[in-house]
Amino acid sequence: MMRREAICGALVLAGLAGPALADVTYRAAVIRVDAPGPLPISRLDLPPDDLGFAGAALATDDNMTTGAFTGQTFETISVVATPETAEAEMARLLDDGIFFVVTLADAATTVALADQAGDRALVVNAAATDDSLRGADCRANLLHVTPSDAMRADALAQYLMWKRWDSWFLIAGSHPEDVALAEAYTRAAAKFGAKIVEERTYEDTGGARRTDTGHVLVQAQIPVFTQRAPDHDVMIAADHAGVFGDYLPYRTWDARPVAGSAGLIPTSWTPAMEAWGATQWQNRFEEGASRLAQEEDFETWVALRVLGEAATRTQGGDAAAIRDFILSDRFELGAFKGQKLTFRDWDGQLRQPVLLAADNVIVSVSPQDGFLHQTSTLDTLGIDRTETECRK
Amino acid sequence: MRNLALIALALTAQPALADRIFVTNERGNSISVLDGDSLEVIHTIDGLQRPRGITASHDGKVIYVCASDDNLVRVYDAATFEELPSLPSGPDPELFVLDPVGDRLFIANEDDNLVTVVDVNTRQVLAEVPVGVEPEGMGVSPDGKIVVNTSETTNMAHMIDTTTYEIVGNILVDGRPRYAEYTPDGQTLFVSAEIGGTVSVIDVPSQTVTHKITFDVPGLLPEALQPVGMRITEDGTKLYVALGPANRVAVIDVASDEVTDYLLVGQRVWQMAFSPDGSRLYTANGNSNDVSVIDTATDTVTESVQVGQQPWGLVVVPTP
Repeated sequence: MMRREAICGALVLAGLAGPALADVTYRAAVIRVDAPGPLPISRLDLPPDDLGFAGAALATDDNMTTGAFTGQTFETISVVATPETAEAEMARLLDDGIFFVVTLADAATTVALADQAGDRALVVNAAATDDSLRGADCRANLLHVTPSDAMRADALAQYLMWKRWDSWFLIAGSHPEDVALAEAYTRAAAKFGAKIVEERTYEDTGGARRTDTGHVLVQAQIPVFTQRAPDHDVMIAADHAGVFGDYLPYRTWDARPVAGSAGLIPTSWTPAMEAWGATQWQNRFEEGASRLAQEEDFETWVALRVLGEAATRTQGGDAAAIRDFILSDRFELGAFKGQKLTFRDWDGQLRQPVLLAADNVIVSVSPQDGFLHQTSTLDTLGIDRTETECRK
Repeated sequence: MRNLALIALALTAQPALADRIFVTNERGNSISVLDGDSLEVIHTIDGLQRPRGITASHDGKVIYVCASDDNLVRVYDAATFEELPSLPSGPDPELFVLDPVGDRLFIANEDDNLVTVVDVNTRQVLAEVPVGVEPEGMGVSPDGKIVVNTSETTNMAHMIDTTTYEIVGNILVDGRPRYAEYTPDGQTLFVSAEIGGTVSVIDVPSQTVTHKITFDVPGLLPEALQPVGMRITEDGTKLYVALGPANRVAVIDVASDEVTDYLLVGQRVWQMAFSPDGSRLYTANGNSNDVSVIDTATDTVTESVQVGQQPWGLVVVPTP
């Protein structure tokens, strides 16, 4: 399924832009790979049809507004695929001459798409948080705008250490991605001096996520599951698969806060975010999409703003110039995080502060004060140059 | 003896300031009014939502305030603090500039990518000028012919002709441009870039960036050096640049574009304003809820005064 979003509203401004510039059109794509799976625990988390695409539309709109002054036009193709059709859709985009592809897919599909693109396209991962994609499975043509599991775990760990909540009871799901996320928390604990008093596995035994009055059963299960843990300050949920995290708060055996995949959540965006001019972004997004923004929408916006910024700064550069600029140390982007965002040259990860969000508000933003680094405090989050397993 | 000392002090002191300082408190939803002599809060204006940009009529009698969450420009009598009829502003006004004649406000509307032009006498919207994404900084050329708007996500300074309300030039600067300030002769334009960490020096006749001023404070990481508000002295020799979370104001020698000093002020220093005689520069420090006072003759910070919550901007007028 393909959908074209050519946004022409801003074009009328082009005539006002002073010296006439050669008109250049940048065509990009967002490919969202929807894997079949169980429903989310909460109906509030059902994905909207335009998840990610609405953020892409806003970025395209923003790029067009700027393009009106620089003689540049932006077009973004939105593609919905399944794991089975992703390869064919990617082939179609590459044959169409698209050289900038944003992916919303799991880790395995993301790597496969990047390999398929090779030197024909720059691939920007806007969804997969797996550290493996920034490590052993990294690719030279693959960038990551979404913060990695390690960055998120470090962001939460710094805040918990600031709170002096340094003993953690870690609950990990049974899926491989849950295990990897739990490893990120284990690593963060060691990095910042927290102690994991116990790690317990919540087995995914299948079954329906949502049943009428299912809460009765969950209310009985969770206190029993979480009892007899050593003394701890906070419970950390590593639930990438979304199987149990939301069941934990208010139901734990001990009266302790929950963080991680539920409760206090490290994330790159929430619709509650208002700092550093973010309100303007939220307003623009909500006006266009008629809903609140989700993390995927912010990530696709960032990804396509990377292209827009490169187009502006290279003054209409071609695919090679755009790619060179993005991968160079001259690239920097403003994205409502209070400081410029840049790419790590060792693994293609976008450096960025990570929000800590709970319910309806932002609780904090990491890095926390006092966590220092010789090059950038943002590099206190995630895998540093000396630790990387990326050999691209 | 003590009396004599006081008299001597009075004789050698600067001419009486007798100014009033109006400070917008973004989070406090209020305006603190300070006496320029005692530096005490003599009045607090309430009843407006999220006040940010603030300026005064050229005779100092009327105060204009961008009340961002009221979607209005609120207007106050500088002598009585009474509220006068509001001006339309377009949605979410943040910063504005009054033209040299004093008749028109040019207001940046962040949400709508517009600059709204309002006649302060008739209270009519004269024009809406489409600009880049998230317009913020506003500056006006000394002859009033050009208004500059900076757009934070487009990263440009847009030059708007104040007669035709059309854009006559766009100058690309560094990330998240926040403020625009002309030299008094109108030949040079400074644009601060918060995320880019630079001040672009623009040659006005050729509309080109001739130099970028960068900042370096030992012990501070580069990302903390975020130029925001700027003010140039009346004689055009010194430019003061607020560095936001670096908690410092940089002093720049305009002739050489060199940073000559960094003055430690309050936390998250945002906008600044001179006293009418130019002897003092006041800074609004958002995270320490205070105003720092800089003596511009010596470039020293002499005092800090507690105001409301999250001070954002200020304007100083002679006491009526």
